[in-house]
Amino acid sequence: MNEELKNIWRAFFNWVMGNGPRPENEVIPPEPPPDLPFTQKPHDKYTRFHEATLKERYNQWLEIHGLHIFAILYTGLSVLTCIVIVSLLLATVAELPPFGHERNPANNEVIRRYVEHGGHETGAQNIVAGLILDYRAFDTFGESAVLFTAAVSVLMLLGASRRNKTDTHSLPSSNAMDAYSIHAPPMRHHTFRKDDVILRAVASLSIPVILMMGCVVVINGHLSPGGGFSGGAILSTALILCANAYGFERVHEFFNERTFIVSSSTALMIYALSKGYSFFTGANHIHSVIPKGTIGNILSGGLILPLNICVGLIVAGTLYGFYALFSEGDM
Amino acid sequence: MIVIEWLLLIFLIVCAVAVSISKNLLNSVIIFMSYSLVMAVIWVLLRSPDLAITEAAVGAGVTSVLFFLALRKIGQLGHKDDEKSE
Repeated sequence: MNEELKNIWRAFFNWVMGNGPRPENEVIPPEPPPDLPFTQKPHDKYTRFHEATLKERYNQWLEIHGLHIFAILYTGLSVLTCIVIVSLLLATVAELPPFGHERNPANNEVIRRYVEHGGHETGAQNIVAGLILDYRAFDTFGESAVLFTAAVSVLMLLGASRRNKTDTHSLPSSNAMDAYSIHAPPMRHHTFRKDDVILRAVASLSIPVILMMGCVVVINGHLSPGGGFSGGAILSTALILCANAYGFERVHEFFNERTFIVSSSTALMIYALSKGYSFFTGANHIHSVIPKGTIGNILSGGLILPLNICVGLIVAGTLYGFYALFSEGDM
Repeated sequence: MIVIEWLLLIFLIVCAVAVSISKNLLNSVIIFMSYSLVMAVIWVLLRSPDLAITEAAVGAGVTSVLFFLALRKIGQLGHKDDEKSE
């Protein structure tokens, strides 16, 4: 009985695996000759005996010891590279001028000019903001443009694949299939969960505070430490926390792809136009129309406040956009 | 104050070594996060609060979140839960 069952099971197994008994009239195709590697070609009469054995022995030796030798070489070379780079850097550090010394090359008339006349010329109490948004405003414009370009290219690249997959996303069975396939990545990571009570309580308490902090850092950029970039990063963390706690749908209500494109492009355009205007009017001893205001007030510092707001908008949108695009491919 | 500075610097070095030594990728990201946080405190001690704010927001906040996202994408975040459920 047991043997019969085993035989039936074996026949069934063979049938399932495709190894069942062949029908009588089937023509068996001749097996193609196996592709031998270069060193294991069949012995030819005319090859000299010792040459063949040398090749074979080399091949065997390589098969046995090759990985080991490669590992040793890899470790040795990486350690050597590390040592060379570390010693080069240490030698460079030893050559640097001493910290805070009076005669350092960085301590020249540019620094003196910035420190003595910076507040008067830019109208900013925070001299760093005056530097990066007045003296060096074109650098900051380039940074914002680079960030915006990166976000737009990510949007294009990931958006193209998203548009192709839209139909599979909308199928109701895709979620059910994901539950069974453990190793396949799930389609949507951030589903609307109702059980995250702790996360929601913390988020509802902390999101307004984070948003307020970000706005303060952006708006007070010319008075206190901070500015557009750091404030925008804080704002984007608030958006990311909101998306994690309440789902991306909640964020979509006030910030989606269209809002991001419109706000970032508008901010960049305002930045370019206003800064170009002030460069043409403020330089070359032409009188600038933009008032500097009293140092220490919110409305002071000329163009620094609107420029900070522009940079903050771009950075917040871009960093949140990166997170949203990479996590679910949508924004 | 100098003692605190030295402690923070030593902690920084320990963190930097531990990030590369740690086997678990999640632990690495968390250690990297603490590295950024300590670095922000050191920026404040070096009297550059601008950098401190940026480091705390970008280094400890956004970068770590993006790292967590990458870990989830490659399936390293919920690895232990999968093993338990199996």
